[in-house]
Amino acid sequence: MKTQALRQALDAGHYDAAIGGARRDEEKSRAKERIFSHRNSSHAWDPKNQRPELWRVFNTRLNPGESMRVFPISNWTELDVWTYIYREGIELPSLYFAAKRPVVERSGTLIMVDDDRFRFQPGETAREEMVRFRTLGDYPLTGAIRSDAATLPEIIMEMQASRTSEREGRLIDSDSIGSMEKKKQEGYF
Amino acid sequence: MTLPMTTPDTDLDLWLAQQTDKSLLRFLTCGSVDDGKSTLIGRLLYDSQLVLDDQLASLRQESRNRTTGDEGIDFSLLVDGLSAEREQGITIDVAYRFFATDKRKFIVADTPGHEQYTRNMATGASNADLALVLIDARKGVLTQTRRHSFILSLLGVKHVVLVVNKIDLVGYDQAVFDSILAEYRAFASPLGFQTLGTVPVSALRGDNILAASANTPWYTGAALVPYLETIDVSQDRTEAKFRFPVQWVNRPNLDFRGFSGTVASGTVAVGDEVLVAASRKPAAVKRIVCMDGDLQWASAGQAVTLVLDREVDVSRGDVLTRPGETPEYSNQFQARLVWMSEEPAFPGRSYLLKVGSQQVPATITDLKFRTNVNTLEQTAATKIDLNEVATVSIATDKPIAFDAYAENPLTGGFILVDRLTNATLGAGTIDFGLRRAQNLTYQSFDVNRGVRAQMKGQTARIVWFTGLSGSGKSSIANLLEKRLTAEGRHAYILDGDNVRHGLNRDLGFTEAARVENIRRVAEVAKLMADAGLIVLVSFISPFENERRLAREIAGDIDFAEVYVDTPLAVCEARDPKGLYKRARAGEIKNFTGIDSPFEAPSTPELVLHGADEEPAVLADQLHDWLKL
Repeated sequence: MKTQALRQALDAGHYDAAIGGARRDEEKSRAKERIFSHRNSSHAWDPKNQRPELWRVFNTRLNPGESMRVFPISNWTELDVWTYIYREGIELPSLYFAAKRPVVERSGTLIMVDDDRFRFQPGETAREEMVRFRTLGDYPLTGAIRSDAATLPEIIMEMQASRTSEREGRLIDSDSIGSMEKKKQEGYF
Repeated sequence: MTLPMTTPDTDLDLWLAQQTDKSLLRFLTCGSVDDGKSTLIGRLLYDSQLVLDDQLASLRQESRNRTTGDEGIDFSLLVDGLSAEREQGITIDVAYRFFATDKRKFIVADTPGHEQYTRNMATGASNADLALVLIDARKGVLTQTRRHSFILSLLGVKHVVLVVNKIDLVGYDQAVFDSILAEYRAFASPLGFQTLGTVPVSALRGDNILAASANTPWYTGAALVPYLETIDVSQDRTEAKFRFPVQWVNRPNLDFRGFSGTVASGTVAVGDEVLVAASRKPAAVKRIVCMDGDLQWASAGQAVTLVLDREVDVSRGDVLTRPGETPEYSNQFQARLVWMSEEPAFPGRSYLLKVGSQQVPATITDLKFRTNVNTLEQTAATKIDLNEVATVSIATDKPIAFDAYAENPLTGGFILVDRLTNATLGAGTIDFGLRRAQNLTYQSFDVNRGVRAQMKGQTARIVWFTGLSGSGKSSIANLLEKRLTAEGRHAYILDGDNVRHGLNRDLGFTEAARVENIRRVAEVAKLMADAGLIVLVSFISPFENERRLAREIAGDIDFAEVYVDTPLAVCEARDPKGLYKRARAGEIKNFTGIDSPFEAPSTPELVLHGADEEPAVLADQLHDWLKL
């Protein structure tokens, strides 16, 4: 759904480039991304035929209809992002901080019951838990994690001890091995 | 929506300071297919505890049918990110990985060993301080080992660690290790690495990765990770000469004009005198502007906007420097090229060259030699194929500012881009400027093209016909010349066949020869137009690139590309010289339309449909269109 909306918006604006915050440490196919990543006229990524990217010399040239996805913080890690947020005093949506929230556990993922759009499956009921979101993606496909970290220092300390990856909570990644690559080829970020 | 910020936390501040102080080492891994590069990186990630529980679970699942170490995991699965890579068990594209120890942060570029992806290795090497060259202890130094080591030296990687992997599979035998080391040293000594470390490891079993292994008591050096944690690779770019490639002229209103970019090397302070590399115009730095306010000085790596104390002509692509530290400024230089495209490089063909923020059309004017990457032997060549390395002279359409790559990679490394597809075709490192170019200036004479053309009562121009053999180019040109002559004008036909009997009789029909054929004719056409003539060029000229080159050579001379668009079937049925018949019979090779492509012009000035009208009608159409 996000892919379709993105493609439509890019088509409507005829944009040459869309800047994203994707990082190489997030996921295996993203580790193969260029900083200036070429997309053909249907927004598709061709991972086997990427432009070589040397030094800081970026080839930004496009033919009509083609576009770029640009990833300036490609080489940051998740920890870099959080320490930067702390150093620069950047404000964040409250969902990143732990609080008591109504959740349902579904295939090992904690889905938050946000409002009456949520469809309960047979046997499911919401229960209150201390949770926060490590990553914010599509609702309701992004899961929360159990956490007591309600401040930035607590989050950073928690991350230091973390034994799971950031995108663990995203059902979109776990459809099957290689699903992110497939989605990227279709135009996902 | 947002929560208030937390109050400062002293312990965290301390810890953050430690993180910031940690140095960063960028290294790449290279070697031959199956040497175990991905396994080694997987091992480094696993041992530095960066492999997380959810990833481990999915790895164990994927590893079931593979060779695994004691942990039951195929580490290469951690890094081979693309489906095709996992299916084929090889690494196709460079992947970047991140890990940290207590002492250092690391960015690893895992680069493919498979020969056809060598271009990606060069990519990884361009941003690395150090390289791990992996060798399979059972196989020793291979072609790819040599190739990769040579590319490392080409891209100026100064520090190399020879990692002899799978030492467990040769029974931890010191003799094997020693002989590989001796062979590699002999090969690598001319490559100019500053340091060469060596370590015997088993990436799969973990020997000599984190700590010295009991299996190799004869090895007294550091294990791999401690070696990487402590090696000094610092190359202080702030000590280098000041280079500031201007990315953007920032002019939000009439009161502000600043030049934005990243300091490539050196430092700059308020009050410093700077020079524009191209014009040598001086100015002083009035302000150094940043998002957070003004700075007193800035150094290599910082992105800033410089405001100067006076109006000087500066635009994107210009380089700001300092008096006495100016870079080379020339339109010709010698360079080494790594070719990265299936489409070979030809001398004479026009490419787009990008160095720093400068972008100019450029051609390879001289292919000096190709370097055999296995033996370092130099051989003559007429083209550069994918993954080949050659030493060339390059001429740019206008002078550019640059440094020798060895002095400054950021102002001496360039890429060549295809002017039609925009693909990155090759990467080069500049050896030195060819000063000849600066001394050779155009002689300008008082009697010029305008005067000569006026004497003839006409405007000099070039009409460039393109189309298949038999399309009717020569017939139309002939009829047009007759009519022009009858009108008292001075025209001349340059015909493909005729020119090949004289000026270009040394050229054959390979792609490289065709490029040179067109270049020479374009230069002759230019001279003739300069003499005041109306020049009619009738050449098949099948490649868009060369037609563009011809147009560029023409410069400010009026240039009309006329496409005689006659279908191949019609041309072949006409076959006035019997050439198609012979080409079909295999007697003529590289014949346009048969076994060599014709790239139809995308934006010709005029299209004449050779199958629909008689040549006389088309010649009249063209005559009318030219509005002489």
